Amino acid sequence: MTEQATVNPSNPVKKRSQLKAIWFRYRKNKLAMFGLALFLSLVLVAASSGLFLDYDTQVIEQRMRERLQPPSSEHWFGTDQYGRDVFARVVWGTRISLFVGVFTVTIALTVGTLFGALAGYYGGTVDNVLMRIMDIFLAMPGTILAVAIVGALGPGLVNVLLAMAIARIPQFARIVRSAIISIRGQEFIEAAKACGTRDGRIIMRHILPNAIGPIVVQVTLHMATTILGVAGLSFIGLGIEAPTPEWGSMLSEAKEWMRYHPYLMVFPGVAIILSVLSLNLIGDGLRDALDPRMKN
Amino acid sequence: MLRYVVKRLLLMIPVIVGISFILFVIMDLTPGDPARSLLGEYARQEDVDALREEWGLNDPFAVRYGRYLASAIRGDFGKSYRTNIPVVQEIISRYPATMKVATLAILFAMAIGIPVGIISAVKQYSLVDFGSMATALLFTSVPPFWLGLMLILIFSLMLRLLPSVGTDSWKSFIMPAAALAAAQMATMTRMTRSTMLEVIRQDYIRTAKAKGASQRYVVLKHALRNALLPVVTVVGIGFGNLLGGSLIIENVFGISGLGTLMVNAVKSKDSPMLIASVMFAALVGGLVNLAVDVLYTYIDPRVRSQYVKG
Amino acid sequence: MEERLLEIKDLHVEYVTDEARVFAVNGLDLTVNRGETVGLVGETGAGKTTTALSVMRLLPDLVGRITRGSIILDGIDITRATEADMRLIRGEAVSMIFQDPMTSLNPVMTIGEQIAEVLHLHEKYDTKEEVEHRVDEILRLVGLPPERKGEYPHQFSGGMKQRVVIAIALACEPKLLLADEPTTALDVTIQAQVLQMVRELKEKLNTAMLLITHDLGVVAQTCDRVGIMYAGEIVELGTAEQIFQKDERHHPYTVGLFGSIPDLTRKTRRLSPIEGLMPDPTDLPPGCRFHTRCPHRMPVCEVESPRPSYNGGHLIRCHIWDDRRCSQ
Ligand SMILES: Nc1ncnc2c1ncn2[C@@H]1O[C@H](COP(=O)(O)OP(=O)(O)OP(=O)(O)O)[C@@H](O)[C@H]1O
Ligand SMILES: [Mg+2]
Repeated sequence: MTEQATVNPSNPVKKRSQLKAIWFRYRKNKLAMFGLALFLSLVLVAASSGLFLDYDTQVIEQRMRERLQPPSSEHWFGTDQYGRDVFARVVWGTRISLFVGVFTVTIALTVGTLFGALAGYYGGTVDNVLMRIMDIFLAMPGTILAVAIVGALGPGLVNVLLAMAIARIPQFARIVRSAIISIRGQEFIEAAKACGTRDGRIIMRHILPNAIGPIVVQVTLHMATTILGVAGLSFIGLGIEAPTPEWGSMLSEAKEWMRYHPYLMVFPGVAIILSVLSLNLIGDGLRDALDPRMKN
Repeated sequence: MLRYVVKRLLLMIPVIVGISFILFVIMDLTPGDPARSLLGEYARQEDVDALREEWGLNDPFAVRYGRYLASAIRGDFGKSYRTNIPVVQEIISRYPATMKVATLAILFAMAIGIPVGIISAVKQYSLVDFGSMATALLFTSVPPFWLGLMLILIFSLMLRLLPSVGTDSWKSFIMPAAALAAAQMATMTRMTRSTMLEVIRQDYIRTAKAKGASQRYVVLKHALRNALLPVVTVVGIGFGNLLGGSLIIENVFGISGLGTLMVNAVKSKDSPMLIASVMFAALVGGLVNLAVDVLYTYIDPRVRSQYVKG
Repeated sequence: MEERLLEIKDLHVEYVTDEARVFAVNGLDLTVNRGETVGLVGETGAGKTTTALSVMRLLPDLVGRITRGSIILDGIDITRATEADMRLIRGEAVSMIFQDPMTSLNPVMTIGEQIAEVLHLHEKYDTKEEVEHRVDEILRLVGLPPERKGEYPHQFSGGMKQRVVIAIALACEPKLLLADEPTTALDVTIQAQVLQMVRELKEKLNTAMLLITHDLGVVAQTCDRVGIMYAGEIVELGTAEQIFQKDERHHPYTVGLFGSIPDLTRKTRRLSPIEGLMPDPTDLPPGCRFHTRCPHRMPVCEVESPRPSYNGGHLIRCHIWDDRRCSQ
């Protein structure tokens, strides 16, 4: 079977050409390329904002005499109720939201992969116990679970992210598990086992690299939903707190001034949309590129 | 079939118990004293201690959890630490608001998402298809609360058509439902489109065309029913989530539903309230899930015959 | 009444996909007379199904299209007919049995509904009872118990499903039946039964049939005339006797196809494999399409595409048998 041949990791040349084929298909997808460009420019904004913005004086310092000014050539996005430059804050917010996405998903992915790999590879009781526990977590509304965990951990940026990560672990565990189950039975795994390769090594070297496709797709999509989720929590005052320029908490402050200063609502909102959109586009594009059969 | 339903219901029990345990642990780890927060910062320590004793907060974890389970089995889920009202009663009084928003939202989403998905699939690569896919993409990326705020800005503050907060009339539910519906609608549109595209390529669709049926007839009579299964799944998942209450949208529109109840419970360390309401949300979600699975058997005879046999 | 029921002239069909442009049918001429059975034989990818789908005008949307030629069915040019006309024609004047019975039936409708549907669509009967009566009748005709009409496709075996597909195709008693390998998906014993049934029904209803198959035995038993198809063209066409006649002239492809040409009397003779592969349909060779595999290749074959030569209705498209060339 050709399928077998293309997933066989013992052939590095094939592996590389497979990546090339994926990239080739991805590149043909205009929307996906747009998403990638958008995402890379957000990364660029986040990385360079530290160079031209000083956090203490330009992002959080209050200048009450300049408060609530509409957008102008001096303040592109206007100023907020404390006279802070909204443009600077929205730009700085990129750092925070990207950090939120990356940090949360990295933790959830690591732990979820561990659980999923154990469950999927060993099957039987291990699988049963782990997955029943995951089911319990999945049955709870995710946001309230995160809120409750934040309550236990105490407030603060990192704790909020940890809580979000914990709430997402089961979903990654599930994806990894099913990816592994679909690969476990294949011949080259049996062959590796027959050669006496250790389990951990089989999982790390043979199974996970082949399960990577669906996982990568989920990573991008989950980064998107995490950014949305954290913005939501911050908006109702249970996430990242002021004066940190997280987009959700900026919107929370702006809400008070919505009637007469609606521009305050617009820019952080658009920033959230763009970052989430870029990740969604990348995720969709990757999915199509990885599985050409699903296209159209 | 009935046996299957009963089995599924029984399987929900360990999940619900598991939820109670996990939340019990989390709440136990949460700093703060519910007795103190009920009585206030300046209450006498003796009174606080007395209340703690009355609620049994001084017993070890195992004893407290055991006691909770024992009374829960008898149908007693305790009283709210905050209001001293039985939590079940609180949930019953708060739930209609959440349910109304959720139902309205899912109806909005289905009424628009499914037809648009069908049209997109049938007219693949057309302008309509392009437009609806772009809209769907946008709607999956817009935070619902921001959408809600924009709706308030336009329909309450500028046009003065709809009330921005509360649950006084049916009008109050339109905007929160719309804000929640957008993302669901987007998923449904995309799901309907992709399954329809898949179904339209099947051989039996060609058979139907070979009988002399029109495009419209083939789509509505043959393709739609076959495409329904994944769509129903998406609707079910979405509805299940919505029925669990949205903390954020309820906050934006000042609706005191299940979501608000849960947030307040966390804030005031009101464990009985939190545990009961999360268990309730999980139960509702599980029931919707089950309903979807039962619905499958009506849609697809192949699924049906599985249950008849097993 | 005109003798000719179906007349395909110079048919060209292409599939255009993201990757390539496939020339599936390239100048095909074929006629089917009323009540006649014509076999269409050729290797996989020769364009047999494409030809049949063109007659139904059911080539896949956006991908497949007829680029040249005409298909006259009972006086109507299919390539020019409106979609509304086509709806009246499909299922009524011409119907098709598809290659794979397993996937040709809608899994969520009962087989009774699926047979009744074609009657409804062509408004054959006024009342529900009449339709149901006809459904029972046609089910009996194809050898299925009418009681089972309330069941779904997954409850039937492959052979039974094919009977249902045939029942649908014959329900309106079409003038022309396009049978695309009606038996290949079935196992051997069922094959014989189904074929026997198709032959009988055809006799009873006086339907003409275009029978697409790989199976030379089936051709020998069933067909009045046979067309041999290669890379989207008919390379040889004649009566069954002419094609199966050993000492007749044949196209080298036919010769290869038959290995040693079997007697009409010997049963089920499979196509014998020919050295080499069908040319890539996205990049067809110039001249005779078969020259890359032909044992009798001449220089002219590589540049000039052969004209058909006739010998008492027996058509061969090959330079070797082109008498005009010989006399030069
Ligand atoms: N939908 C399609 N898109 C692109 N190419 C197609 C499509 N359908 C058929 N083709 C190509 O057209 C050519 C003819 O195909 P066709 O199905 O008519 O062959 P066939 O003679 O019926 O073969 P078989 O005996 O395998 O059924 C083949 O090269 C095939 O790959
Ligand atoms: Mg074919």
